[in-house]
Amino acid sequence: MANSRKSGSASVLPFTDQTIAKPTGRVNFLLRQIWKHRILYLMLLPGLIYFLVFRYGPLYLAQIAFKDFKPLLGVEGSDWVGFKNFDTFFKSYYFGQLIANTLIISIAKLIFGLPPAIILALALHETKYLKLGRIVQTVSYLPHFLSWVVMFGIMLALLSPTDGLVNQTISTFGGDKIAFLTNVDWFRVILVGSDIWKETGWSAILYLAALLAIDPTLYEAATVDGATRLQRIWHISIPGIKNVIVLVTLLRLGTILDAGFGQIFVTYSLPVFSVSDVIDTWVYRQGILGFQFGLATAVGLFKGFIGLALIVTANRVARKLAGSGLY
Amino acid sequence: MKSFLGKSRDDIAFNVLSNGLLLFVLVVVLVPLYYALMVSFMPLGYKGSPLTLSPFEWKFEAYKQLLGQNTFVQAMMTSVLITVSGVSLNMVLTVLTAYVLCSKTLPGRNIILTLIIFTFLFNAGLVPNYLLVKNLNLINTLPAVILPGAISVYNLLVMRAFFQGLPESLSEAARIDGANDFQILWKIYLPLSKPILLTIGLFYAVGHWNEFFLPILYLNDRELMPLPVLLRNILSAANMGEYVESNAVSAASQESLKMAAVFLAMLPMLIIYPWIQRHFTKGVLLGGVKE
Repeated sequence: MANSRKSGSASVLPFTDQTIAKPTGRVNFLLRQIWKHRILYLMLLPGLIYFLVFRYGPLYLAQIAFKDFKPLLGVEGSDWVGFKNFDTFFKSYYFGQLIANTLIISIAKLIFGLPPAIILALALHETKYLKLGRIVQTVSYLPHFLSWVVMFGIMLALLSPTDGLVNQTISTFGGDKIAFLTNVDWFRVILVGSDIWKETGWSAILYLAALLAIDPTLYEAATVDGATRLQRIWHISIPGIKNVIVLVTLLRLGTILDAGFGQIFVTYSLPVFSVSDVIDTWVYRQGILGFQFGLATAVGLFKGFIGLALIVTANRVARKLAGSGLY
Repeated sequence: MKSFLGKSRDDIAFNVLSNGLLLFVLVVVLVPLYYALMVSFMPLGYKGSPLTLSPFEWKFEAYKQLLGQNTFVQAMMTSVLITVSGVSLNMVLTVLTAYVLCSKTLPGRNIILTLIIFTFLFNAGLVPNYLLVKNLNLINTLPAVILPGAISVYNLLVMRAFFQGLPESLSEAARIDGANDFQILWKIYLPLSKPILLTIGLFYAVGHWNEFFLPILYLNDRELMPLPVLLRNILSAANMGEYVESNAVSAASQESLKMAAVFLAMLPMLIIYPWIQRHFTKGVLLGGVKE
C-alpha cells in the first residue's frame, strides 16, 4: 500500500496513478490482507471443505431431478428430461394425499403444541416454590433428549393393545381396547400427542426466558393498583412475551413442510400409511427403496424450494413484527 | 378481599391452580417413564400392574440377559464409537469455523457466511445426499453417518454468537502480545466458553447417540448396527429370538426385555443430562433469536 502510493505520487504522468497504479495497489492490498489472515484461512479450511463437499455436493447432484437418471450412466451421463419428474409428481394421485398429511400433522403439532408450552412457562414463572419450579424444568426438558426409537418403546408400553397401561385402564372401565399405533383414526392423535409430551418443556424455555426479561417494576406497580394475578398475567406477562410467540410461530410456519420425519419414520406402519405418509417418508420409500432416484429428487427439491420461500418470508415478517429474526 | 392469613382468596386459588399444574406436568412426564421402567423390572409371570411393583420384587434378569448378548453389547460399542468420534469432529470443526466467522476483517467473510447460511435454509433433499455418500464410497463405513453432519449450521451460529459476545479487548491485548489467532482461540476463547461448549457438545452427542435414520440408510452390515437400530428391531420383532437369544430357562419376559433395552439406550443420556442441564438454557437462548 505504502509502496504503491509512493510510486504513484512520484510518477510524471497523472494517468498512471489513476488507471494502473491504483488497481495493482488494490490487488496488492488484498493479497496482503489475505496473507495477514493466513492462519484464519487455515482454520477455516476444514469447515470450508465440509460445506463444499457435503452441503454443495448434493446440490450439484440434485440435477438428476431434471434427468432420467440411470445409475449405470451416472449423474452427468443421464439424459435431461426437463420438468418431467416434477410433472409426474404433480399429476400423481398421491400428490394431494402427501401434501395434506404433511400439512395436517405439521399444523396440528403447531396449534396444539403452542398453548401447553406457554401455560407451562407462565406456571413456572408464577410459582413461589422455586425448588418445585426447578424440578419441573429439569424433568420436562428431559424427553426432548430421548430418541424417537426410545419414545416408540415407551409408546408401546403405554399403548400396546394387549397389556399397555392405557388399554388396561380402558378395559378396567369396560371400554374396548384400541390399537392406537395401527388405527387410522388414532394414529395422528398419537403423533401430535407424543410430540407435545416430548417437546413442551423444551419449547417453554424460550417463553420463560422472555417472561424473566420483563421489568419487575411493572408487576409491582400493577399490584399496588390492585390488579389480581390473573390480570397481571393478562396485561403484563402475555404482552411481554407476545413477540416471542409471534417469532416462534412464524419460524415454525417457515418449516411447515417438516412434519417430523424422525418421529413418523420410527412409528408408522403399513396400516396407517394413508394418514401418516408425508413428503419425507415418501421420498425415502420411492427414492431409496424404490430406486426412483430422479422422481424422488424432484419431490425433495420441490419441498426444498417451498421451504426456502417460506422460511425467508417468515423471517422477513418476523423482523417486521417482532423486530428480530432467525438469521 | 383479605382472608385471615393476609392473602386474598383469589391469590390462594391461583396458587393452587398454578402449582397444581406444575405437579400435573411432573406426573404426566414421569408416569410413562416409571411405568416402562417397572415393566423392565417385572419378575417373570407377574400378574399385577407394573405401577404397583414393590422394589423388593424388582428383577434385573432382562438387563443381565441383554448385557450378556454379543449383539447388544456390540451395538452399544458401535454407538459409543460413533458418538465419541462424531462429537470430536463436530466440536473441532464447529469451534474453528465459528471463530473464523467472527473476524471483521477477513477478506471474503461475507460470501462465506452467506454460503453457509444458504445451506441452512435450503436442503437438496435425501436422494442427492445419499448419492453423494455412495459416490464417495462411504456406504457401510462409520464415516457415512458421521461426516455428512460434521457441522450443524444452527450450532455453528450459536457458537459464533457466543464468541461475538466475548469482550474484544481480550483478544486485542493478546494480539499485541504477539499471539496468533489459533493461540487466541485456544488460550483465551475456549476457556471462557465452557457453558456453550458443554451445551453444543451435548446437542451433538444426543444427535449421534440417538441417530436412527442415517444408519438405516448407509449401514447395511449387521456388524455395524448401532444401538437405536437394534432397539427398533427388538421393539418391533414378533420373534425376539432373532435379536436376543433366549434360552429355555429365560427369566425375563419379552416385554421386560424390550423395556430394559429402552432404558439401556437411554442410560448415557440420563447420566450426563443433569450434569450439563444447568448450562444449556443460556445456549438455547443465544441461538434462538438474532437481533
